[in-house]
Amino acid sequence: MQHLLNGPQTPGSGRGFWGTAALVLLAALAYPFLADDYTVGNTAYLLIWVFMAMGLCLVWGYGGMMSFGQTLFFGIAGYGYGVLAINFGGEGFSSVYALVLALAAAALAAAVLGYFMIWGGVGGVFFGIVTLSATLVLAFFLGQTAGPEWRIGSARLNGFNGMKDMVPLNIPWSADGPLYFEGTALYYLVLALLVAVYLGLRMLLNSGFGNVVVAVREDPQRAELLGYDVRKYQLATFVIGSTLAGLSGALYTSWGQFITPASIGLPAAAMPIVWVAFSGRADLTATTVGAFVLLWVFQTLTVYSQQAALLLMGALLLCTVMLAPQGFVLGIVGSLGRLFAARRPATAQERQAA
Amino acid sequence: MNEILKASGLSKRFGGHAAVSDVDLVVRRGQIHCLIGPNGAGKSTLFKLIVGTHVATAGRIEFLGRDVTASRPYERVRQGMSIKMQAPSVFKELPVVQNLHTALQRHLRGAALQREAERLLELLDLRADAKKPAGALAHGQQQWLEIGMALALQPTLLLMDEPTAGLSPEETYKTGELIQRLNADGMTVLVVEHDMAFIRQIAQHVTVLHFGKVFSAGGIAEVIADPRVAEIYLGKTQHVH
Repeated sequence: MQHLLNGPQTPGSGRGFWGTAALVLLAALAYPFLADDYTVGNTAYLLIWVFMAMGLCLVWGYGGMMSFGQTLFFGIAGYGYGVLAINFGGEGFSSVYALVLALAAAALAAAVLGYFMIWGGVGGVFFGIVTLSATLVLAFFLGQTAGPEWRIGSARLNGFNGMKDMVPLNIPWSADGPLYFEGTALYYLVLALLVAVYLGLRMLLNSGFGNVVVAVREDPQRAELLGYDVRKYQLATFVIGSTLAGLSGALYTSWGQFITPASIGLPAAAMPIVWVAFSGRADLTATTVGAFVLLWVFQTLTVYSQQAALLLMGALLLCTVMLAPQGFVLGIVGSLGRLFAARRPATAQERQAA
Repeated sequence: MNEILKASGLSKRFGGHAAVSDVDLVVRRGQIHCLIGPNGAGKSTLFKLIVGTHVATAGRIEFLGRDVTASRPYERVRQGMSIKMQAPSVFKELPVVQNLHTALQRHLRGAALQREAERLLELLDLRADAKKPAGALAHGQQQWLEIGMALALQPTLLLMDEPTAGLSPEETYKTGELIQRLNADGMTVLVVEHDMAFIRQIAQHVTVLHFGKVFSAGGIAEVIADPRVAEIYLGKTQHVH
């Protein structure tokens, strides 16, 4: 298991890295004791989006497929959770079933769309165009569902105003009633999921499967000539990454008890690209940390001006592409690493490698 | 099964141009079989038809007695083909050792995989560069790494398209020695090549292609002695210079 956690695809390893990670986790666990429930709930909201960033990091950074439409799966699972939670009524474990089924719907949608794209030989920039088109189609479709005829069971879709009044995620807890995942409870749930997904993805990427995924990114024909059906690996990567976008969507709906087509449309679809490109798509850790930092900055700015926040995101993407195409977080860590290495005498092996 | 690979009536047309037409080819177990011919003779196209990266317009390919004409490249590889492409095709951003692991992991796991990776690094003289990105290797080393990846699949038939392209005479000779050593251990090899010195060094059986057709075939000695073969090569030389 250790060799899967620390492998060639995830640069951070060693005591320094895991020690820092443990400290960050401890701080994150202690955080709710230092802040009020409302602020903690807001932080949980920021963390919810990180799953989508991790998924895109897997699909784009490791798999080489630039999906511009991860919000499609965010939306399918987000609306899926809403429709199911409203229709299931919210008793017992029904909201958990709604979450699981919503994720299954996102995975199925990714499997179908991915199958047609990958088996059809859609690659490069066209992968981005097709996925973006798909998410825009869903956004426009949902935008015109304002009329009362647009309902699934007792769930009204409500067009641009969005769907609302579904129960938040909850489980039976005590005689006083169920445990609703809101505020601090939601924060701990999301944190636990983040740790599990982060470690799970590390293990996946450093396994034989991950070896093939990055090999396909590097040279699909070479990978096929090693005996791998590259299409299956690409599809599996796309489905896993998109299901993570779905996890963000379902948790988002549960968090705010609403979802609107705006979270699926063009500005929303561009966001994951900015987070992942800025952070460094080639590294899961850089993406996880960088996406959270960007989300926090964006959220802080949005309070003052949403336009300014969007402009800043655009400017950041431009700077990333021009100045640090491998991503700023990766770039900064790399520069620090080189600075540190320059201060100590190089070993014989390093001199030889240089 | 003496006939490992059997192509019959194989043709490939690109629009109006017949790159390969009606080619019959048999590769027998234990042979080093060279496919030669002047530039544009259709060698690389025929190679791609055998490998499966091109689909034949007509004809049939049997590998180990099974019809693989419609099989995708990965299916042919799983049945025992292994391929070294013309330009060095390695995973340039990935470390050398990971290139080998990716090839080895279909057969091996754990300690056995590590041991085999070490053995190949030694064989290919790449141990000192194991952690470097493959793209940082010199051209010749990349060619060798790709040969190593092809060997890692433990193939029944090793297919190589111009394995000496861009190599120095010394590297070319070493590559020839490696191929002969592998053949002595029982591996069947099909090589596309136009370097006559290299072909003299390794070939046992030769098929000469000219204008997409089989021009001549047989043992290396008799084919080289054939004045018509010398003529098409000379013709090509005069044409090029």
